[in-house]
Amino acid sequence: MNSSIALSIEDLSFSYGGKKALDQVSFKIQPGECTILLGPNGAGKSTLFSLITRLYDTRDGRIELCGFDVKQQTRKALEKLGVVFQQTTLDMDLTVMQNLRYHTALHGMGSKLATQRIQQELERLNMYERRFEKVRQLNGGHRRRVEIARALLHKPSLLLLDEPTVGLDVPSRQSIVEYVHQLAVDEKLAVLWASHLIDEIYPGDHLIVLHKGQVKANGTIDDVLKIANASTIKDAFNTLTQGEQA
Amino acid sequence: MNLLHYWRAMWGIIWRELWRFVTQRERFISALVRPLVWLFVFAAGFRAALGLAITPPYETYILYEVYITPGLIGMIQLFNGMQSSLSMVYDREMGSMRILMVCPLPRWFLLLSKLLAGTGVSILQAYAFLTIAWFYDIQAPWQGYLWVLPALMLVGLMLGALGLLLSSFIKQLENFAGVMNFVIFPMFFMSTALYPLWKIKESSALLYNLAQYNPFSQAVELIRFALYGQFNQATFIYTFVAFIVFMAAAIIGYNPSKGMMMKKGGA
Repeated sequence: MNSSIALSIEDLSFSYGGKKALDQVSFKIQPGECTILLGPNGAGKSTLFSLITRLYDTRDGRIELCGFDVKQQTRKALEKLGVVFQQTTLDMDLTVMQNLRYHTALHGMGSKLATQRIQQELERLNMYERRFEKVRQLNGGHRRRVEIARALLHKPSLLLLDEPTVGLDVPSRQSIVEYVHQLAVDEKLAVLWASHLIDEIYPGDHLIVLHKGQVKANGTIDDVLKIANASTIKDAFNTLTQGEQA
Repeated sequence: MNLLHYWRAMWGIIWRELWRFVTQRERFISALVRPLVWLFVFAAGFRAALGLAITPPYETYILYEVYITPGLIGMIQLFNGMQSSLSMVYDREMGSMRILMVCPLPRWFLLLSKLLAGTGVSILQAYAFLTIAWFYDIQAPWQGYLWVLPALMLVGLMLGALGLLLSSFIKQLENFAGVMNFVIFPMFFMSTALYPLWKIKESSALLYNLAQYNPFSQAVELIRFALYGQFNQATFIYTFVAFIVFMAAAIIGYNPSKGMMMKKGGA
């Protein structure tokens, strides 16, 4: 790693035409830290993710991934990044294995290494036995697991998850939340998890509350409670977002 | 620059596209049905109505079916190029385009690989069509079947790049119908695919000019000459330049800081 900070965002602003989607956003994420990005719909979470993944261009502000500027050193920065998008991005007509092989090819992995990594990641998620099934045959929870496995194949330093548990049943959600939190600890992986579900927050998590493109709170759960002068995260969230539903 | 990385990524993209094509049997069949209907039905009906003089690369009088075969190969590649762009719009709406765009390789390379993959698919279709045409007694000299391969490559790339360029402008899948009406049909009908230039000139000078400078006409003529073992330099240069122009514009269109991606608010 080129820097002890996995993700650094400084004074980031972004507008769609005249409408400001992000306004002077700044925060940092350390390796091994699980950061939950909380915000109601339209808060700017997806815009932030699109800027980090360089799908949009950064015009005002700076984003660094492991010390690499996303705009200037795009490829080096993207090598460090694993992403699970909100929408499923798997090819439904290909098998689990074929989808993962495609990803390893895009990351330039040789066949032997790819096979080894795919087995390792799928086994960790109890999906190895289903590797030859078409993605279309899997349920939503299993598809998500495959996407998480895929995002980890190239050993990223930062894992971005954009509301990955939306539409999943409670057991699937719980297992994914637990798995990712464990990953952060075991692999020293930095995680940025966009969510609007408060029960996905673990006690040791770092929280960022985003509202109307601005960071309203940034810190540990205790820090956020103090900032909002609230006793629960739900109350803090409501106060900081002026009562809007997450 | 890690060349092995580029090589593996390119093959990954090409392999995925070819695999999807061969496993989607309906797509394979429907891609062949369109030109075959033109060959078996349209050409048979037009054979009597349209007299053709002897023009290069033909050395003798030919049937109308023989004349339109290169045009129909062009049609396969034109539809395929546009279908690739349709799939890019679909991928973008569905999100799978994002996986490609966040991989650590230059965007121009990823787009070029996508283009090569689409061209590979269109070449498979073209050869399948030529095989059926062969049994229908439309037979070119055997060397022509080899010479036509590089021509198909270039034409596939040019039409694919045009599709790619269009896909960078199309915001939603629904808008693709406009591409059919405003790009595919005018390009096809205002070309030498169905009738030779001199025939068009007899009816309209304006149409003649449009058909002459239509890159699709040049592409069809490149295929026509190649299929008869001849290299037509003028059509090659024209098609090659068109490819470069379309490709450059598509790369700009997909550039996050310059292109349409910013205006669309989606990748």
